Amino acid sequence: MLSRTADSLFWLSRYVERAEYLARILEGTMRLTTLPLAYVGTTNEWKTAVATAGNVNLFEANYAEANEENVVHFLALSAENPSSIRNCFETARANARAVRTALTAEMWEAINGAWLELQRYGNGLGTREEITRFLRWVQETSLRFDGSAYRTMLRNDSYWFTRLGLYVERADNTARILDVKYHLLLPNLEPVGGSLDYFQWAAILRSVSALTAYHWVYREKVQPWLIADLLILNPQMPRSLASCYENLVRYLDEIAGIYGRQGPAQRHARAIYTRLESSRMEEIFQHGLHEFINEFIADNNNLGAAISQQYLM
Amino acid sequence: MTIAFNEMKELDGRPRPAYAELSAWLAQVPPDVLEFRRQEAELLFRRIGITFAVYGEAEAQERLIPFDVIPRILSAAEWNLVRRGLEQRVKAINQYLKDIYTGRDILKAGVIPEDLVFQNPVFRPEMNGQKVPHDIYVHIAGIDIVRIDADTFYVLEDNTRTPSGVSYMLENREIMLRLFPELFSRHHVAPVENYPDELLATLNSVAPHTAATDPTVVLLTPGVYNSAYYEHSFLADKLGVELVEGRDLFVKGEFVYMRTTEGPKRVDVIYRRIDDDFLDPLAFRPDSTLGVPGLMSAYQAGNITLANAVGTGISDDKAIYSYMPQIVKFYLAEEPILKNVPTWRCREKEHLSYVSDHLAELVVKEVHGSGGYGMLIGPAASTTQIAEFRAKLKSNPKNFVAQPTLALSTCPTCVDAGVAPRHVDLRPFVLTGRDRIRIVPGGLTRVALKAGSLVVNSSQGGGTKDTWVLDH
Repeated sequence: MLSRTADSLFWLSRYVERAEYLARILEGTMRLTTLPLAYVGTTNEWKTAVATAGNVNLFEANYAEANEENVVHFLALSAENPSSIRNCFETARANARAVRTALTAEMWEAINGAWLELQRYGNGLGTREEITRFLRWVQETSLRFDGSAYRTMLRNDSYWFTRLGLYVERADNTARILDVKYHLLLPNLEPVGGSLDYFQWAAILRSVSALTAYHWVYREKVQPWLIADLLILNPQMPRSLASCYENLVRYLDEIAGIYGRQGPAQRHARAIYTRLESSRMEEIFQHGLHEFINEFIADNNNLGAAISQQYLM
Repeated sequence: MTIAFNEMKELDGRPRPAYAELSAWLAQVPPDVLEFRRQEAELLFRRIGITFAVYGEAEAQERLIPFDVIPRILSAAEWNLVRRGLEQRVKAINQYLKDIYTGRDILKAGVIPEDLVFQNPVFRPEMNGQKVPHDIYVHIAGIDIVRIDADTFYVLEDNTRTPSGVSYMLENREIMLRLFPELFSRHHVAPVENYPDELLATLNSVAPHTAATDPTVVLLTPGVYNSAYYEHSFLADKLGVELVEGRDLFVKGEFVYMRTTEGPKRVDVIYRRIDDDFLDPLAFRPDSTLGVPGLMSAYQAGNITLANAVGTGISDDKAIYSYMPQIVKFYLAEEPILKNVPTWRCREKEHLSYVSDHLAELVVKEVHGSGGYGMLIGPAASTTQIAEFRAKLKSNPKNFVAQPTLALSTCPTCVDAGVAPRHVDLRPFVLTGRDRIRIVPGGLTRVALKAGSLVVNSSQGGGTKDTWVLDH
């Protein structure tokens, strides 16, 4: 297939995945900020939300204060923020339109319908109710798009490139949450500080839709190191780094199989996956959780670049 | 002004034979049924996403071309005449282009003034002496035809560069088959759905000699912002070939390759929907980002077929148009089957003074214009508009040709007040391969939806109809 087609498919699913992630971040933040301060501490959760989305510099250049109104606008509808939900859907639709014949009708309708719907939202989301409805809609759009791809696409390189985009983005998103909130997950050697962090932990789990999953997997109350384990090493958890890399290795192998050639992208993905598979949480904590996550984010970026180099240009 | 030829009815109101069934059906179909089908058709078009962009409007607007549900019908005998005329005309055009870029016999014989060719911006000196695969220059032509009376069809324009509209011909038929199955069962309508197959056979047949036995064909588009992008992706899909942009192709060692996920793949035939000017920044406009650097060098080496060839504009230019009857006679020694619209060339003194004196009756066109832009329709223009145009004409007479306002034939059309006659034209698509010429019966009928209007261009409020050629 054309490299440009593969490139568009890759980015199309990346942007849809990112839109969903942003919606989850905003939803979680709204929830935290409704709690009395005594339950969450005195941090500015809106500022944290911007950091988790990875756009602090651009935000600070455009807004005086990190409050609900500004952050919701910046992450949801801002035309200036290239990674706002609006621009994610705009870019996704532009990519979809460029490769329309490579998409199934259902995928096209999911993304084109979302784009048409987006035109209805002007520049502001007024009430919290309106914001909540918008964020739900964004998540449903992502589910519909992903479900359409899963249920209707031929299992060939077109499909595999959409999967690669999805998992590279998802791994990046999960790692960014961990990056911003890692200090909450460190094993607490101090005397137990009460339940102050509980709601923060719950928010982290919600942002990766894993609160229920946590209880099914560990069957005990929420513990920070177990959250880290779930998001980093647990292969059952669809948004964990290990699960993302299990999929990346698998789909890269599918591609290498039909093209008859393994390359740097396959080797790089396998190296990261092997490291995740052979790691234990205790070692990661000893080595330094923050360092581990930073290395992972860099490695994941390098995989994106390797895929691009090998197939997309 | 003469009364327009009504394709459905004789002067006394009786239906003509080809329209007998349709006329009877229209007489008994309740108006709301027709209106309902019309809405259904619009819904279908919107859902499929058959849109086009209008240049000059804010943003790249995506609009629908209005579709009229009443078909335009041609009898087998009428179509036969048109078909033979098209084959003859396109054959002559291909010989003429070869001659213009090689021996130039027609210039030496004084049939066409040399300056009209050499000083024409659409003449491509890069093509001088250049051989093209199988001597075919125009593989796809969209010849615009208008009808004046029962026996007379005029060619209005020879579109021999990158004619568009064939996707509408195909989609119109699909939608009509869904909406009016009972009407089809009462007629014997020749199919058009094989057009993509015919086009692919044509493109495969003209691969360069250096190509593999199973040549690789691609469709080259300027990209999503082009007004005809929908058609490009539609055709690529139907042909089963890659839809490429300039950046997907590159030239190495005088061969053309496309960038694929499996590495470079050689390309043999490019069905290009990009104008000459933008094809290759090294040969033409250096600022073009749509093209492929070095493409002309591969072309000159004979390693790639461009459909259509570079420089075909010198055959559909409005200044050359008026010589087309002589061109047909010169190369084929036959009388033209399809007539030309009588044309005054304003570059000639007597013609200019006649045109200047009769602007109110004439249609005056810019020689290099297209899409209905920059023309004067005398009878519809105000005195001020005419005076302004006269000044434009005097300052650069060479730039204009004039034609009588033709009474284009009319077809029954759905309008707000019911069914009424509206002016139509016809664009059949003529495919020229190494082996033979292929034309699917009919083509795209365009209709001027405003009462009395003669402008059928989609950019100016025209619509389209399905065109039925009966098998008897």
